[in-house]
Amino acid sequence: MIKVALIGAGKMGISHLSILGAHPMVQIVGVADTSKIVNDVLEKYSGMKTFTDFKKMLDEVKPDAVFVSVPTKFHASFVEELLNRNIHVFVEKPFCLNATQGENLIRLAKGKGLVNQVGYHNKFVGTFEEVKRLVNSGALGELNHFIGEAYGPVVVRKKQETWRSDPEEGGGCLMDYASHVIDLINYLVSPITKVHGSLLKSIYSTQVEDAVYSLLETSNNVSGVLSVNWSDETHRKMSTGITIIGSKGKIISDASELKVFLKSDDVPEGYSKGWNIKYITELTPSVDFYLRGEEYSAQIDYFINAVAGKGPNEKNSFESAWNTDYAISLIKNKKN
Amino acid sequence: MDRILFGDNQFFAVNHISDEKSRAQSIKFKEDKTILDTIDISRNLCVETFMCTTHDRIYNICDMVRAEPDKYSKFSIYPCMPYAHKYANAVTELGIMGTIKHYVPGNFFGSIFKGGMAFVSKDYISIMELLIDAEMKMFKNINTPVIFLQNVITDLLLGLDMKDILKAYHDYVIKKYNAEPGYITMNMPMLLDKLESVGIKNPIICSSINKAGFRMSGGMKLYENVLRTKQVRAIAMQVLGGGAIPAKEAIEYVCSLPNVESILFGASSKQNISQTISLINEFDEKFAKSK
Repeated sequence: MIKVALIGAGKMGISHLSILGAHPMVQIVGVADTSKIVNDVLEKYSGMKTFTDFKKMLDEVKPDAVFVSVPTKFHASFVEELLNRNIHVFVEKPFCLNATQGENLIRLAKGKGLVNQVGYHNKFVGTFEEVKRLVNSGALGELNHFIGEAYGPVVVRKKQETWRSDPEEGGGCLMDYASHVIDLINYLVSPITKVHGSLLKSIYSTQVEDAVYSLLETSNNVSGVLSVNWSDETHRKMSTGITIIGSKGKIISDASELKVFLKSDDVPEGYSKGWNIKYITELTPSVDFYLRGEEYSAQIDYFINAVAGKGPNEKNSFESAWNTDYAISLIKNKKN
Repeated sequence: MDRILFGDNQFFAVNHISDEKSRAQSIKFKEDKTILDTIDISRNLCVETFMCTTHDRIYNICDMVRAEPDKYSKFSIYPCMPYAHKYANAVTELGIMGTIKHYVPGNFFGSIFKGGMAFVSKDYISIMELLIDAEMKMFKNINTPVIFLQNVITDLLLGLDMKDILKAYHDYVIKKYNAEPGYITMNMPMLLDKLESVGIKNPIICSSINKAGFRMSGGMKLYENVLRTKQVRAIAMQVLGGGAIPAKEAIEYVCSLPNVESILFGASSKQNISQTISLINEFDEKFAKSK
């Protein structure tokens, strides 16, 4: 059994905790949260050991691995503490507040040979996995342009401020929401290395942006557009999509449906010339425990397998998440 | 329970395989009247049970149903609570405490008699009961013989091993609403074991059961084995695998399984509703001989 602890039992933290609780290879040894009520409920009904001070928890329960899901501004210092104690780390996205913070953590994790993963769960969504496979196989030919999009109803009116509305704490649509799309572009096309211009627009929020529009370029010279708006209530929940255009075809994909247009008869297996439609139902392997989406369980399985020495630690490594932090800083710097 | 239950996903733009279809549904069902008209289509085909989440728009549907008691005398609703996005968005915005304050009936600190005392004594079960009452308000004077806990909550509690809360839900639904408690889950075999461990026998469990094995956690074989060998009143949902399995094949598979008491489906058009109902009837007849 792998001894796992959680720091931060908010929305994502509780969701991780539930999936970990059902995982046959995991023993939950402790939870650290600042909320007395959350700790109390977990103690009373789940029989978990809880703490308000995470360092005290680490001293006492000595976990092999820790999940960190606290506001982004705490990521760098918490993760450093964990790595210094030789603990494997899964940390929520975005990785750090800026690109400099992450560099040290990458070195530290590498030097100590510790498993490190960031919670960009889209890489575990079946449709996006298939996009990756198609792009890598050369089915689209030479890539030319992409459009990365995400819309959803996070901030749909002026409202009470939380850490998500504080730029100092990692709030705002760019870090909290657009980061998913940026990470997906980095993964499916190539890391973003140039930004030609950005609009960061406030719609309801006073301190942070609610929408991000940007012109991008990747390391392999593919151009693209980023269009993300978290104040769009025409979507029931976050809807993330990517379009990739190449010399031999085009892909339009979101988390549930993959549409592929291929120009010629030279096609990968299972595809034909013209439009091809595939659904998440045929692209997603089933998981042993499901909560909110296969990808949340799949990313935890991947991490636990890496900790157990039974699988790779490539997807969503600190290094790949750092590329996203870096692209975020480029987008911010090119703000018009 | 009836053999066929009519679901509500199509009304609220819940589509598991296509964002485009989900937008088209949003447009089609903009008016509450269109929703009720579609429910009426299913009623005219003898499907008198509507299973729905406690979405805000159900308030209006309930009002319209109450306004015509004769027309809806045989009609029942199976509420499924809570409408998770409502709470998830609220937690992001208001925090956990703020959300409870927002949704508990009346002014939270005003209803100190139950709620306030519950907080002082850390009686979280009483808080849950208050939230159930808040969700049930819209169904006043409507027949609700089975009341479901939504899968996000059921499965969250399952993973956290909060079996006492699953049991408390069960007991409260029986005691307060004189109804049967049901659970929606994406982890049917695991949930059944958990419910049995707190003494809940032969529970009503609604879960994905389809020929594609979609959202059948642990695998199809495991589900089929549980249906064959254990005591559970199963409702099959997502029988069409979100639309990915051809209707005939999909229905044939579900009807062939033992121990599936009801089949839940949703559809927007008269043609699809009547096609699904007649396919279920057709295959039920076929398999009746062999069962």
